[in-house]
Amino acid sequence: MKLHLTHVAGLFLSASIAQAQQDPVLTIYTYDSFVTEWGPGPVVEAAFEATCACDLQFVGHGDGAALLARLQLEGARTDADIVLGLDTNLTAAAADTGLFAPHGLMPALDLPIAWDDATFLPYDWGYFAFVSDVTVPAPATFEALAQSDLSIVIQDPRSSTPGLGLVLWVKEAYGDRAPEIWEALADNIVTVTPGWSEAYGLFLEGEADAVLSYTTSPAYHLIAEGDGSKTSWTFEEGHYMQIEVAGVLQSSDVPDLARSFMAFMVSPGFQDEIAMTNWMYPAVTPESGLPGGFETLAVPGSALLLSGPAAREIRDEAITEWRNALSR
Amino acid sequence: MAQRPVPLAPGLPRWPGAIAAWLVLVLTLGTLCIVALRAGTGQWLGPADWAAVRFTVLQAAASSAVSVLVAIPVARALARRRFRGRSLLVTLMGAPFILPVIVAVLGLLAVFGRGGLLNGALSAIGLTEVSIYGFHGVVLAHVFFNLPLAVRLILQGWLSIPAERFRLAATLDLPPGRFLEWPMLRAVVPGIALAIFLICLTSFAVALILGGGPRATTVELAIYQALRFDFDLAGAARLAVLQFGICAIAAILAWTVTLPQAQGGGLDRVVQRWDGGRWSVVRDGAVLVAAACFLLLPLAMVVTRGLSGLADLPISIWPAALRSVLVAVLSTILCLGLALTLAMRWGGALAGLASTLPLAASGLVIGTGLFLIVHPLMNPARLALVVTALVNATMALPFAYRSIAPELARVEGDYGRLADSLGLRGWARLRWLIFPRLRRPIGFAAGLSAALSMGDLGVITLFATGGQETLPLAMYRLMGAYRMDAAAGVALVLLALSLLAFWLCDRGGRVDD
Repeated sequence: MKLHLTHVAGLFLSASIAQAQQDPVLTIYTYDSFVTEWGPGPVVEAAFEATCACDLQFVGHGDGAALLARLQLEGARTDADIVLGLDTNLTAAAADTGLFAPHGLMPALDLPIAWDDATFLPYDWGYFAFVSDVTVPAPATFEALAQSDLSIVIQDPRSSTPGLGLVLWVKEAYGDRAPEIWEALADNIVTVTPGWSEAYGLFLEGEADAVLSYTTSPAYHLIAEGDGSKTSWTFEEGHYMQIEVAGVLQSSDVPDLARSFMAFMVSPGFQDEIAMTNWMYPAVTPESGLPGGFETLAVPGSALLLSGPAAREIRDEAITEWRNALSR
Repeated sequence: MAQRPVPLAPGLPRWPGAIAAWLVLVLTLGTLCIVALRAGTGQWLGPADWAAVRFTVLQAAASSAVSVLVAIPVARALARRRFRGRSLLVTLMGAPFILPVIVAVLGLLAVFGRGGLLNGALSAIGLTEVSIYGFHGVVLAHVFFNLPLAVRLILQGWLSIPAERFRLAATLDLPPGRFLEWPMLRAVVPGIALAIFLICLTSFAVALILGGGPRATTVELAIYQALRFDFDLAGAARLAVLQFGICAIAAILAWTVTLPQAQGGGLDRVVQRWDGGRWSVVRDGAVLVAAACFLLLPLAMVVTRGLSGLADLPISIWPAALRSVLVAVLSTILCLGLALTLAMRWGGALAGLASTLPLAASGLVIGTGLFLIVHPLMNPARLALVVTALVNATMALPFAYRSIAPELARVEGDYGRLADSLGLRGWARLRWLIFPRLRRPIGFAAGLSAALSMGDLGVITLFATGGQETLPLAMYRLMGAYRMDAAAGVALVLLALSLLAFWLCDRGGRVDD
């Protein structure tokens, strides 16, 4: 008990010390995996603090959706100056909160699509894809997958951002035929998990032939583990993209510092680190090119993406179709 | 159960119990009100919500029934047999209940999954493989989680039948099953079945993963979706009310079939049984071996996976482990305090309500409500560990209360008049009568709440910031960063710490074996 009281006291103390410091504090809300010791967080923090005479604090909150929910809970009273880690399927809802300010930047980006959002700025992107072992015969379309005996594990679109990405992918690729595709896929789907981690864990345990992840996932196994046995399936329909973005909050007490971080975010100090720490494509390709190993990744023939408002518009319908088809 | 508070332990103030009860009511119903107030009005439940309700109730009822039916023979076998390693087996069998969900699910899949041991064995002898995914998979996983709890609570019932009763039954040539065990089961089983029903009612990750798809949507998943994905506070509040409603109906049903038990005290002799012959020894042995395999094989897989991950453990998990232990200690103290003060009001409506509500409460709604209360006042991160301990204590309270309260009532029933005539009142009565006789349930309750708190990943996710992660949170973050091996290592550390905490407390409370 005594031990715990000292601990609680320590918490209060450290907070007051932080406030007493001279350097302005830049608080960035992001998702959990960004702030782990292998994520981009520590490197980015060190690099930015070397130039800004400030104290950069990353605060991890679950995944992209949890991040937005957290912000909505806190409203204008939030401590956050920047939110980093929303994707384009969430930006419409995020913009509607009225909590965000324009970033005021127009950097040249290396995205497969044009970017002109004045509120949110991308820092990395990737293609959703099914990841499997190289030994598994890869289907070339969703329909071929549905006709095969291959098993997949996917995430629930109601609780996971990749899960939502998949549902929008099928909807964007097949339109009104989406329910039919889901019904055909039903017997291939081993199970649906609440989040990406559980699905990827099940896949690595051998519960399914493939898992919904990213085309860049095999790069992790190849580069970090020296394991070249994973690949991703390239579908002829094209692949839905995930573009991860950051935005500055209107309520920030250090708006200039926040904007200078946004500029830093699309500069080499940040962008050169993202591929090997977040395992996604950087929004601005480094001058030295992508890290060795990324050239082995499958590149889809075409990129699919719904705009923020369009994604929000169609989301509920697409999820209901998914749910009805898989509930039979 | 009586309708009004029975005065237990005369001479002790009753207001701490009232405070404890109101604290729990605020944490469960109060937080729900806060969430509902923040929300505007919205539409009532849609067809998808009703489908979720149907599935939720069906799976919880099936899981609860199977858990209890399987637990009865296991508890009986444990109650009437003494063998080497029995106490270790009892402790180990408790492990699934305290494991973080995803760890247990991966362990189960390593045995029953597509590439698991069972299917490996089946295909080796040329039989068709079985799929764990579906309604039966959900029930299987819930039985895996809750069987240990049911066994322990029923076993306590068995051990509370005094040895003298069995002696008397044997002398009179009466079957102990009908005259001793059946009344005991009537008294304890409905409460245990209710508890398990309610635990399964609020499950979502297990149900979704093993249910194999959106058919297996539970109310709790719908609440999660409303809070985290749609930010629909009104929807979340409506669903939480619905969950409480189901809980109330189940509680009333359970209370109507529970019979109180009063059969007099004993002298704490070791139970000797004269019924049954060699056949019953064989049957008990088979039951124990089957239960041990079912519960321990998945755990063994967790351990095997974890051992290879130990080398990859990041240094940062040790502060996280320390934080988890601190939260567990604080949470255990709070939980025992709540349970003991409430147990003094045994039979009262307030105590009954406060000790049942947390089972039906959604951890997410509690967390969100607390957040809405705390956030305007101060940075919630400062309270992260304290709030986590408090919420964990509340969540463990129903089990602690169910373990302690009936024993307290029994002690008072058996020895109360004697103590009264001796003038043993107030603290002296606690010190000399109640605590010594409650050692076993208090130890069990402490162990359970410590272990449950250690493995919990609920409210901490809303409150903690980067530097405050606990062990389960660290594990999830490792999984999110592709570090599945390291995560398996953390799971092993977590399992070891939880079991150790449980064993230390439980051991301290068990005096007779």
